[in-house]
Amino acid sequence: MTSKPGSLGRPFLDVTDLSVTFPTEDGLVQAVDGVSLSLEKGKTLAIVGESGSGKSVTAQAIMGLVNRKAAKISGEIWLDGQELLALPQNEVQELMGSEVAMIFQDPMSSLHPFYRIGDQIVEAIRAHRNIGKDKARKETIDMLRRVGIPAVERRVDAYPHQLSGGMRQRVMIAMALINSPALLIADEPTTALDVTVQAQILELIASLQQEFGTTVILITHDLGIVADVADEVAVMYGGRIVERASTRELYDRPEMPYTLGLLSSVPRMDKVLPERLDPIRGNPPSPIRLPKGCVFQPRCNYSERVSGGLCLTTRPELLPSGTDHMVRCHLRVEERQQIAQEVLRVLAGSQP
Amino acid sequence: MVAYLIRRVIGMFVLLFLLTLAVFFLFNLLPGDPARLTCGKACTPQLIEANRHRLGLDEPVIVQYEKFVSGIFVGRVFSPDSPEPIVCHAPCLGYSFNRHEEVMSLIARAAPVTFWLAIGAFLMWIFAGISLGIVAALRRGRWPDRVIMTVSMIGYSLPSFFIGLVLIFFVIIKWQLLPFPNYVSPFENPGQFFQTMLLPWIVLATLNAAFYVRLTRNQVLEVFGDDFVRTARAKGLPERVVVVKHALRAGLTPIVTAAGLDLAYLLGGAIISENLFSLPGLGSLAVGSVLQSDLPLITGITLFTSTIIIVANLVVDLLYAVVDPRVRIT
Repeated sequence: MTSKPGSLGRPFLDVTDLSVTFPTEDGLVQAVDGVSLSLEKGKTLAIVGESGSGKSVTAQAIMGLVNRKAAKISGEIWLDGQELLALPQNEVQELMGSEVAMIFQDPMSSLHPFYRIGDQIVEAIRAHRNIGKDKARKETIDMLRRVGIPAVERRVDAYPHQLSGGMRQRVMIAMALINSPALLIADEPTTALDVTVQAQILELIASLQQEFGTTVILITHDLGIVADVADEVAVMYGGRIVERASTRELYDRPEMPYTLGLLSSVPRMDKVLPERLDPIRGNPPSPIRLPKGCVFQPRCNYSERVSGGLCLTTRPELLPSGTDHMVRCHLRVEERQQIAQEVLRVLAGSQP
Repeated sequence: MVAYLIRRVIGMFVLLFLLTLAVFFLFNLLPGDPARLTCGKACTPQLIEANRHRLGLDEPVIVQYEKFVSGIFVGRVFSPDSPEPIVCHAPCLGYSFNRHEEVMSLIARAAPVTFWLAIGAFLMWIFAGISLGIVAALRRGRWPDRVIMTVSMIGYSLPSFFIGLVLIFFVIIKWQLLPFPNYVSPFENPGQFFQTMLLPWIVLATLNAAFYVRLTRNQVLEVFGDDFVRTARAKGLPERVVVVKHALRAGLTPIVTAAGLDLAYLLGGAIISENLFSLPGLGSLAVGSVLQSDLPLITGITLFTSTIIIVANLVVDLLYAVVDPRVRIT
């Protein structure tokens, strides 16, 4: 895809101040609050967070899947020089599945149970390209072979329920990549799969990304799988980004206490978790009644170190901390770096 | 597929056999002497005994049952030793001594009336119920949804005899828009047929349509939350294709199959509507046979309608396997 005029100086994907609000019977749900992201072409961004952190809604808003009638969306989403939120619905529909594609969490329910998998992919091709059924089917078979479906000639006419979860996710990947999208959003693509299959699927996404030069947003709650695949990481909590950095930087020098909690929560096969390290206690906040101060404060182990109870009264801003590193925390920089290094030391020193 | 079909058909016959057993013995255990009922006011004990013998009721129950079942397959002859034996051809479901006619021919005369009643009402309620249900679901929470749901609630709450009586009073008696119902075959006099059937169709369809509106609305709303509908949107398909090909195809399948069973149930006779509009269908016949304690006729109608429902069940199961590939037929 060639860059359109006006995209000069703007990153390939540039989300600024994105907010998504759902009106519900219990009140307004602020699912995403002022999220800004940017990503260069061909790179991978991981958005990490717990359930309810707003990561999936962010992805769906970029994809255009958030119902504009049911939700209030504000901010700007620039993709390759086009502002998606300003486009009329029919043009958004044009981009969906061709320029932007998505893989979902549950491959068991994401394919239509009544149609053969080949036909479902052919439908995706013919929604955007005016080619014959036979040609589309040939292309489908090629793509299914590339995502590693064995005995493709037979499987192309299988129904989804005849395939395993891993196979279905491969079909979903084939369907997402069939129109060579510029941006692929993978929303927890491995969560519903067996551990052995998880690695295969991530590898597949990474290798196809290389091949097609696709830009990828990977949504996950598992920091353990991020390190290998992502160039950049955004950690989300309570609808906001709380820390953003390159993957290297984030693993080496994490700062936000929530990120530390996530890092401590990654189960390690080779290490015993140290006893004096707390994973994150409690539950994510209700998106209807968010705390007045820092949204993470009720679960934070270090908020009492901030003087004046600032964490209880004031929302911290997302501020730069070093180069290409943004953190949303009231703790002083030196203090949180010191805390982080202690935690990392404890993690590294856990008994094998 | 073939093995499944054979198994299901065998199962069906076993079920039908058990059904004849249950129906026959249940009705024979009922209090009352069928022989006494056949002989009217000027009755003598000798006449009762003679009738008992003619009906074969003096034989052991087991022998009676055996004759009943074999009659279905090869026909039977009542009182063969009398000067005027009664021949009942296969499939013989018995002989009504009240009406002096074979049960099968009584049913054969009543069944088409019920058939036309059921089919007409079925088409009406499926069309109205499903289309209104879809409209309500697509416009959820807005005025079309509210109007449709309110009207369907009213339609569902009103008993059919009430709707029927109101319609008869206004349409036929007060405004005289339609003549009094008088059933004729649609092949004989289509105009009169439609004039007679219109109100019964409306009465039967109202109740069921109201139910199907709610069923359809819930199904469609549920399916719109399904992941595969989101996938269809994410492909960039036009909303019309997402709704019709993806959402409705999955959402309406259970409804259409459920409707098959409701139709079968209706084919067994619509007692209230048929009586209200004096249609000589199975429902009227059943009521008449019960009022006259016409045991052979009751037995025959029960068997006939149960058979329709059992067969319909099989057809619906097969149909379901055709429309939903997840239903494996092995």
